[in-house]
Amino acid sequence: MAEPIKLSMAQALNRALRDAMAEDESVYVFGEDVGPLGGVFRITDGLTAEFGEDRCFDTPLAESGIAGLAVGMAMNGMRPVIEMQFDAFAYPAFEQIASHIAKMRNRTRGRVGLPLVIRIPYAGGIGGVEHHCDSSEAYYAHTPGLKVVTPATPADAYHLLREAIACDDPVVFMEPKKLYWAKEEVDTGTSRPPIGRAVVCRPGTDATLIAYGPSVPTALEAAEAAAQEGRSLQVVDVRSIVPFDDATVCEAVRATGRAVVVAETAGFASVASEIAARVTERCFHSLAAPVRRVTGFDIPYPPPKLERHQLPSVDRILDAVDDLQWEDDQ
Amino acid sequence: MADPRDLLPSEQPLQLLDPSGKPVDDPALPLPGTDRLLAAYTALVIGRRVNDQAGALVRQGRLAVYPSSHGQEACQVGAALALAEGDWLFPTYRDTVSAVARGVDPVQVLTLLKGDWHAGYDPYEHRVAPQATPLATQLLHAVGVAHAARLRGEDTVVMALCGDGATSEGDFHEALNFAAVFKTPVVFFVQNNEYAISVPLARQSAAPSLAHKGIGYGVNGERVDGNDTPAVLAVLDRAVAAARAGEGPQLVEAHTYRMQAHTNADDDTRYRSSEEVDPWVERDPLLRMEAFLRRKRVLTKARAAEIAEKAEAVAAAMREGVSRDTDPDPSELFAHVYAEPTPQLEEQAALLADELSREGN
Repeated sequence: MAEPIKLSMAQALNRALRDAMAEDESVYVFGEDVGPLGGVFRITDGLTAEFGEDRCFDTPLAESGIAGLAVGMAMNGMRPVIEMQFDAFAYPAFEQIASHIAKMRNRTRGRVGLPLVIRIPYAGGIGGVEHHCDSSEAYYAHTPGLKVVTPATPADAYHLLREAIACDDPVVFMEPKKLYWAKEEVDTGTSRPPIGRAVVCRPGTDATLIAYGPSVPTALEAAEAAAQEGRSLQVVDVRSIVPFDDATVCEAVRATGRAVVVAETAGFASVASEIAARVTERCFHSLAAPVRRVTGFDIPYPPPKLERHQLPSVDRILDAVDDLQWEDDQ
Repeated sequence: MADPRDLLPSEQPLQLLDPSGKPVDDPALPLPGTDRLLAAYTALVIGRRVNDQAGALVRQGRLAVYPSSHGQEACQVGAALALAEGDWLFPTYRDTVSAVARGVDPVQVLTLLKGDWHAGYDPYEHRVAPQATPLATQLLHAVGVAHAARLRGEDTVVMALCGDGATSEGDFHEALNFAAVFKTPVVFFVQNNEYAISVPLARQSAAPSLAHKGIGYGVNGERVDGNDTPAVLAVLDRAVAAARAGEGPQLVEAHTYRMQAHTNADDDTRYRSSEEVDPWVERDPLLRMEAFLRRKRVLTKARAAEIAEKAEAVAAAMREGVSRDTDPDPSELFAHVYAEPTPQLEEQAALLADELSREGN
């Protein structure tokens, strides 16, 4: 039996890949620099040494090629797990993802499923230069046929990645790179809620913060700060953007009557917008105030010295919470 | 290291028959055997009939559109016949006849153009991938299928089809490069029919020939007269054998001509003249093969009649199958998006079902 062990998210992801490869010989890992180097974030560290050059291999530097190769291998009995080196470097693969990976099962009337995982380190907060900090989740979430998940903790990283690899549908696995080094105790022997489920990660009664990926720790910090001022904020970690867990999110919002959606990406036409709309449509009569969004500005991702202005902060979240028409409760 | 010049294609497209159907002097490859040639001729006749029948079905409003391979049937048939049962074929939207030559029911292939669904056949049944519409994207899938097979130690070869226009796409480049680096058993078969809708070859590439693109990737390039059925067969046979033997991917360019407009929705008089098209009529692959087989006394009157009858039967089944009024089930719209529908899709399916039930009242 596996003992709980302290792991960073990067280590948890590495362990998930290793365990999946050991358990299922149809799991293949490939991408740019994932071989002997172990990936620029070391997520594939040691896999080539342990499983050989066939199972974890470097490809030519071409993202459409990587995604297209995965389509063919998945058509022919494999479970490819591919790495896009950075969010913005995944764009050349978009045609393969949108026109084939997302649609193959539907095009073929269910005859050809593509059990593959596209891992994408995403979002900012690490002082990365341009093209290394995009939050590209909305592009994938808007494309029917893809599942889109994003962990906020090492334990979720492990369990969601294992589940994504075992999933018969293509999964876009968005890894918040600023959380790669955050550590916690991970028990690989237990289970976590499956893909498709959100979790309430902090109970609260006054308002609900809805966040995912890199914004979850920020939302938790904001809830902690609010508690010290006597306001009880509940935090929901979305985890699974597609399928979205309307039930858990709406139950949480109905209990508090107020909601703020927190996300790092530009807000216009974003996942945060979709969540705000869904919550409003479904929980209108339980809401004491309009649903607020705290997102990045609608600007290209800023250079490192300015990026703090783009990221949702505790203060910005608390300001939004303050705006939720509390005076009407008096 | 082998001489890199060995990767270069021949200066002229390889030919085994001249346009009149006479065997050329000093052929670079031997003629395929008589049985194979007869099988190819049968497939050619059926292929031409499938093209004609599909065109008629468009005019009758039974098909939305049809991109015909009229004039390219030698390539269509050669691509299918060069493969063994365990191999894979990756066709494009213009390659209906190649899928049919590999054994797929034409009615199932035409599901896409009839509009009942997208891919209408089971890709695993005959190992024919869904017809690809986005250009060159399927070439990478072909590399992936071949790579997976190779990793399992199988001797599968994959035949990946594309046209001259697709060679300008990034995925063409990435597919050749990946296949070469991984030594993947894929035959990239380019049917250069001179046009990508209205744009002529000269606007796609300044390369001496499309087969010359191979050397840049370390891939062997070949050129063949695409209207010469025995030559297409012989060149593809050799390419498939080389790929199967572990010699890596092969690039074959067939020089042919798109005799009809891009589809029935296109007006080719806006971009090419009949003076350009007409000389190709005499180079018709079917006439050339027929003249050759008759001269060889392999094709008797009785046998020709038998083959024509077979083709008529295929056409009759197409008419019957495509003209049959079908009523696609709207609930299926939600069935294949994921392995299991999400709660949101279940909600939306219920919404549509409700809408339809009220329409019915």
